[in-house]
Amino acid sequence: MITLEQLTKRYGDSTVVDAVSMVIECNSVTVIVGTSGSGKSTLLRMINRLVEPSSGRVLIEGNDTAKEHAHLLRRRIGYAIQGHGLFPHRTVAENIAIVPRLLGWAAPRIQARTDELLEVFQLDPCTYARKFPHQLSGGQQQRVGVARALAAEPAVLLMDEPFGALDPIIRAKAQDDLLDIQRRFGTTIVLVTHDMDEAFRLGDRVAVMSHGRLLQYDRPAALLARPADPLVSRMVGMADRAMRLLSLTTAAEAAVPDSTRSDRTTDDPVVSASASLREVLSELLWRGAQAATVVDAGGAPLGRLSVADILARGRPNG
Amino acid sequence: MHDEVLALSAQAGGKLSAPAAYLRGFDRLGVVLAACAAAGFICLPFVVFKSNRIVPGDPRGVLEVLPMWAALSCYVVLSCDAAVALRIRGARVRLVAALIGLGVVLLALAVACNALTPQGNKVVRIAPGAGFWVLLIALGLMATDAITRMHLRPRTRVLSLVVFLAVAGLAFCHGWFDNVSIMREYAVNAERFSREAQRHIWLALGSLTAAVIVALPIGIFCHRVPRLRSVILGTLNVIQTVPSIALFGILMVPLGALAAAMPLAADLGISGIGAAPAVVALFLYSLLPIVANTATGLQRVSPAAVEAARGMGMTSWQILISVELILALPVILTGIRIVLVQNIGLVTIAALIGGGGLGVFVFQGIGQTATDLVLLGAIPTVGLAFSAAVLLDALVEVMDRGRR
Repeated sequence: MITLEQLTKRYGDSTVVDAVSMVIECNSVTVIVGTSGSGKSTLLRMINRLVEPSSGRVLIEGNDTAKEHAHLLRRRIGYAIQGHGLFPHRTVAENIAIVPRLLGWAAPRIQARTDELLEVFQLDPCTYARKFPHQLSGGQQQRVGVARALAAEPAVLLMDEPFGALDPIIRAKAQDDLLDIQRRFGTTIVLVTHDMDEAFRLGDRVAVMSHGRLLQYDRPAALLARPADPLVSRMVGMADRAMRLLSLTTAAEAAVPDSTRSDRTTDDPVVSASASLREVLSELLWRGAQAATVVDAGGAPLGRLSVADILARGRPNG
Repeated sequence: MHDEVLALSAQAGGKLSAPAAYLRGFDRLGVVLAACAAAGFICLPFVVFKSNRIVPGDPRGVLEVLPMWAALSCYVVLSCDAAVALRIRGARVRLVAALIGLGVVLLALAVACNALTPQGNKVVRIAPGAGFWVLLIALGLMATDAITRMHLRPRTRVLSLVVFLAVAGLAFCHGWFDNVSIMREYAVNAERFSREAQRHIWLALGSLTAAVIVALPIGIFCHRVPRLRSVILGTLNVIQTVPSIALFGILMVPLGALAAAMPLAADLGISGIGAAPAVVALFLYSLLPIVANTATGLQRVSPAAVEAARGMGMTSWQILISVELILALPVILTGIRIVLVQNIGLVTIAALIGGGGLGVFVFQGIGQTATDLVLLGAIPTVGLAFSAAVLLDALVEVMDRGRR
């Protein structure tokens, strides 16, 4: 658990971060979203003390981070940035090994961890360990950047617009991979972005910032249903908020068990359990169908979803 | 392949004006080199015969000094070279042709000097003539042009330098050139030569080392405090514009006073003239390129890499050593290369104020109007600077690999 208490950063007369307090839950993804100049990056960088707060405290598991040497604190916290920041003169394996080396891990342990991470990120260690960053594609460089941030098994991973430099298709893949990795390692992730879609897609909780102030910090569905501020409703988008809400629920969560339904027809479209309701609705509209069969990864039917079921979920208290 | 190249150049020539069109199908550099070499070889003396070391000499052409067979082979080889220079674009062929040409010209010089020197006569001097130098320069340019176009790997370039030096060393050890006037001067001054050559290298390297030790921190400081950057670089720039002889003169006063005031300084060899002002002046000249390149090199390091290094918990010292300086190293080394080559040349002037080095022979030779003695100082200096440039260029390129 990370607790921010009245965290403030001033540069001269301007207050970049203004008395922000929030509690970040363990094993979750928290997204800080805001326009440029909202202070979101500064807030993130105060957690690992790349920026020293003007006032206020950061507690990790109840311990005040100001009482530790900043560089020792940072070795315990993963940090990934836009444009990856890989060292161009070190190989992929050497880049990943930086923090473990700083922490004095034994060579075999570093080697095992590097290979494990490369495999997790779908980069074959035999092929990629000895390559230099400039020999990789943009998406691969970004994956190595995240792998490097996770190398020393940090409990907390801070990410500053990590997917900003990627094209939309690779970005979607990177976002999915990040959620898989979060589930696998149970890391607490705090991610900064200006992209509300990304925030909704990744965040268990989303913090909306503007002009240094924290406007609202809540679950994505709550941001849509009960925006605390006109600016929040504007940022989450009034026009397609129902669609946003649908995109937060998967087909598996909303599927109605088959036995209760009698209106089944054989030419129903089939949708996967991980698809969002927004995607299912789109598929139904496209096919002109009234209901879809939800199947799991193995193809076994989990239940059905009708247009009416989906529409019911598109209301704030549905 | 050559036909293709010729066809291409003919196409390019087609668009040009009349005189250029006339030259189509010919390599332009080749035309210049072949014309100069032919004019030099035919019209200028190949060697100059002098009855002693300071009298003006008696010019001799190739046909006068070489046996008929040797002169004819010389003509044949050089004509082939001219043909290659004019018509063939392939860098390898041109390099081989130029090297063969150089070998033949040098052999011809050795044969001519041996033939002209009366048995056992130590007074007669046979100096290379203007024709020889023109040929040497033309063929040398042809070879360097070919090497540049071949884009050799750094290791190959260093290896070539070593082979070249080894062949040259072998030729001198075997005494092939012993009757050439410059080698006559060397024979007289052999002991002094090796002493002054070593001193030359120490003066150049010593001032470079001192400059690196001082300039690196200043460069880092310039990078960290951008406000002072222009002030520091401006000051060093002013030092750079002071002519070397003037700087020696300026340094004489404080260094002389220091030696007079502190006996310890005098015991350490510091005085108004000699090595001390030479080293200090070279040191001052060395600062600007190293400071400027260090600051530029650090500035070019990716800010994302430095940010990531900090975010991962590296200390500022670790970031400086293992990220910033390592990444800036190729640029810093380029500065060191400039300084080393510059210093090897400038040390020559140090002889004027008793600093020693190969310049001793240059100034002695000027005093005695003995051109051969001047060359005894000048040619090794050029060789040293050239070797240093090749070595450091190769090092910079190796360092620069894999980091874009």
